[in-house]
Amino acid sequence: MPDQVATDLDLVDISERAAGYLGAYVHIPFCAAVCPYCDFAVVAGRDDLQSRYLAALIVEIDKGPERGPIDAVFVGGGTPSRVGGLDTVLAALERRHGLAQGAEITLEANPEDWTDHKAASLVQAGFTRVSFGAQSFDEDVLRALGRRHDPAQIEDAVAGARAAGFTSVSLDLIFGSPSESDSSWAGTVERAVALDPDHVSTYALTVERGTELSRLVAAGAPAPDPDTQASRYEMASSTLAAAGYRRYEVSNYSRPGHECRYNLTAWAQGEYLAAGMGAHGHLDGVRFRNRRRLEAYLDAIESGRSPRAGSELVSMDALEERVILGLRRAAGVSLDAAIEEFLDAPQGDRLLAAGVISARDGRLVVQRPLLTDEVCASFLAFRS
Amino acid sequence: MISHIRNFSIIAHIDHGKSTLADRLLERTGAISEREMREQLLDSMDLERERGITIKAQAVRLDYRAPDGKQYELNLIDTPGHVDFTYEVSRSLNAVEGALLVVDASQGVEAQTLANTYLAIEAGLEIIPVMNKIDLPAADPERVAAEVAGVIGGSPDEVIAISAKTGAGIDELLEAIVKRLPPPEGSESEPLRALIFDSYFDTYRGVVCYVRVMDGVLSKGDLVKFMATDTTEHADEVGVLTPATVPVASLGPGESGYLITGVKEIDQIRVGDTVTRADRPAAEPLAGYQEPKPMVFSGLFPTVGDDFERLRDALEKLRLNDAALQYEPETSSALGFGFRCGFLGLLHMEIVRERLEREFDLDLVATAPSVAFLAFTTSGDTIEVRSPQDLPPANQLVHIDEPYVKVMIISPSEYIGTIMELAQSKRGELGELTYLSPERVEIDYELPLAEVVFDFFDALKSRTRGYASLDYEPSQYRTSDLVRVDLLLNGQPVDAFSAIVHRDRAYHYGSAMTKRLRELIPRQLFDVPIQAAIGGRIIARETVKAKRKDVTAKCYGGDISRKRKLLQKQKEGKKRMKMVGSVEVPQEAFVSALQIDKDA
Repeated sequence: MPDQVATDLDLVDISERAAGYLGAYVHIPFCAAVCPYCDFAVVAGRDDLQSRYLAALIVEIDKGPERGPIDAVFVGGGTPSRVGGLDTVLAALERRHGLAQGAEITLEANPEDWTDHKAASLVQAGFTRVSFGAQSFDEDVLRALGRRHDPAQIEDAVAGARAAGFTSVSLDLIFGSPSESDSSWAGTVERAVALDPDHVSTYALTVERGTELSRLVAAGAPAPDPDTQASRYEMASSTLAAAGYRRYEVSNYSRPGHECRYNLTAWAQGEYLAAGMGAHGHLDGVRFRNRRRLEAYLDAIESGRSPRAGSELVSMDALEERVILGLRRAAGVSLDAAIEEFLDAPQGDRLLAAGVISARDGRLVVQRPLLTDEVCASFLAFRS
Repeated sequence: MISHIRNFSIIAHIDHGKSTLADRLLERTGAISEREMREQLLDSMDLERERGITIKAQAVRLDYRAPDGKQYELNLIDTPGHVDFTYEVSRSLNAVEGALLVVDASQGVEAQTLANTYLAIEAGLEIIPVMNKIDLPAADPERVAAEVAGVIGGSPDEVIAISAKTGAGIDELLEAIVKRLPPPEGSESEPLRALIFDSYFDTYRGVVCYVRVMDGVLSKGDLVKFMATDTTEHADEVGVLTPATVPVASLGPGESGYLITGVKEIDQIRVGDTVTRADRPAAEPLAGYQEPKPMVFSGLFPTVGDDFERLRDALEKLRLNDAALQYEPETSSALGFGFRCGFLGLLHMEIVRERLEREFDLDLVATAPSVAFLAFTTSGDTIEVRSPQDLPPANQLVHIDEPYVKVMIISPSEYIGTIMELAQSKRGELGELTYLSPERVEIDYELPLAEVVFDFFDALKSRTRGYASLDYEPSQYRTSDLVRVDLLLNGQPVDAFSAIVHRDRAYHYGSAMTKRLRELIPRQLFDVPIQAAIGGRIIARETVKAKRKDVTAKCYGGDISRKRKLLQKQKEGKKRMKMVGSVEVPQEAFVSALQIDKDA
């Protein structure tokens, strides 16, 4: 068990300040092919609909609720880097809501789409941050994950992004696929660190329902092993820490100051606008989501109807939600009466005693991030 | 007129068609019209219908006009068909003069049928052998008729072939009932003696007694006396069951029916008691019944601690109609507050548990069935041990005796070898081996009851592909080399998993249970050792390795609702956990771990 980490007051400040941010999420569903593990709202082979889709996004933004200014925009996907014209979407957001001074504006990108020209025009359009779906630096693992780039393309893309003037560059990595070995994963983390990104996300490969991967596993293909994944998580965690990356959430590390503001907003129960098929938003105590099918989304917008698929009030669970979202952060959550009660009960005491959580400096912190859900479920079970 | 009364029961193996036959008799005698006919009318409890077995004795009166024009009153007293309910069977047999022995024409005589037939013969009843399901393609009437005749010592020609399903042979059977069965004896002028052969509690009417009048007349308005309890009450209502309750002015000798008095408390009425008239009491009561003796014990615990009082109420209500059910409070460190319950056998146990869960909406954990051991201590005491917890420490024990049962197995003869192998592995002693026919054999064994309740029946069924049937009756206590095996989770004994087993089987039990628990107990925050021990000696060990990862990789703005749902599910799982020391054990683990070992 690692030694318990003292509360990082700077991180607490960064994490809690995000509660007051306004975020905006824009979903771009288009992909060249659907990766076998992916369960996001994506489409492949429908590039003919790109311009209609962008037009619909702008309509949605223009007709949606007016807030502002926006502190963090996240254009996710899908593969936003495949789609031209994102500048018009950013312009629409700015027109409708305004952008705060020094706003963080992220797009997700695939290394194989990246060109110097594209990088320059995205910076020109206002993007400040790029998050590359690198996933691995091992070619065999990349193939097994259904990715279409090679390690050299990741290196080129990062260099291109730096040259174009992005202020923050992030790499997404996936670990624990059955085709990966300890040394392959160690090599991936080392090569990622060697590129000196500002931010790294490491995700355990997860078998999500309804994906190609889940069908393969159901048919007998090897499934990711949780113990192996735990070891790989710890490997990455110590390599990244040694290289000066600070873990600020279960799966996210950054150079201090390069934490993703958009995501911090969500974990702090902050508000965010949403546009695009399958996009989720949070405004005025309501969590809402858009239609998840491309045609359904386009039809709704083009016929002047709302693209919403559903919504739920947060108010009743706000207190529990604060804990289950906040505990994912290295900063944890501030102690309140409900948490104190939990810590005094056997359910909480057991976790304290085992060193899974700590309560000091007025904050409840998960010391063993790999057991975060155990902590959350124990808390919820105690509350009900 | 007493000479026109016939009282009879039906003895049949499960699925051999007793209830269908009863329905057919009701229909043919016009007790109910075809339109009113519900399949298996006599089995009124839902469970009985589902399982195709009869649990409580029921009675019905049939008015039969014979072809010669004479009018008969036939009283059918239904009997349960399973070994556990021998007690209920013997109740019904005391109220009748004859019995129909119903055997499936394709399957032949089964052990339970035989056991009940012997009970009937011992009670001096006239037996009419009946072969049912002759319409089935697989029917083998000649072989089965010979087998049946062999069992009761008659001629195959006396066996009546019927199909309760199609109605074939029912007329012949009705004629045989009036011709072959004797009318009851008894005199109207004698003082009243009526046997209570069953009772039930009705919310509106209080205690309803099923009675069979032996002598004298029981009339509405009589001041009657219950001889054993010495209670005197007015007969508020006297009637017959058609099967609906129909009030009549009186019941004469040989007749069966019901009696309702002012008694509102079930324990004021004892089944087997004799009802007489207070103004002209009988000198001697009728021979009553033995108190039912539970043979199998198990702890029943509510999964939710708050349900303890509800469980108590439910057991009280069940006991109103099930005199054989016994219970007393029990405390388990693992399972909390519950009841140690005594049952007639495994089926009885299962049925009680199902009724508690179904009719009273309780969620229960049942501990492994145990038998009543006798512990002889160094201080000269003899202690009845119904729960492994009650066993004194080894250094205070002189010896332990355990109950044996006489087991009767009937099987196709090709399985003799495998059955003997099984019985021997369960410490059985071979008794007699009798061929009922060239293909069918009856094998008698003396076996420890503990082995029978543990898994013998399942093993027998699987080894004989379901063809063997089994019945048992208590035999005697014998001294055995028994030890208590305890199971420890993280060093703490879990009382619910302790068992008293033969020393030769202790290691097997210990290693099977530790392996099973390793599969059932989810990984915790720390390594959890699972050990089996005799006294302080560890005989088996497994480890549940500590959980290392329990977190979703991603939780972003779009995942929050889903994340909440996932955690809700995980939370529900947590709520079903019982804390055993510092170890979280899911309810299901108790249920599954205590399930009878199929591969032992």
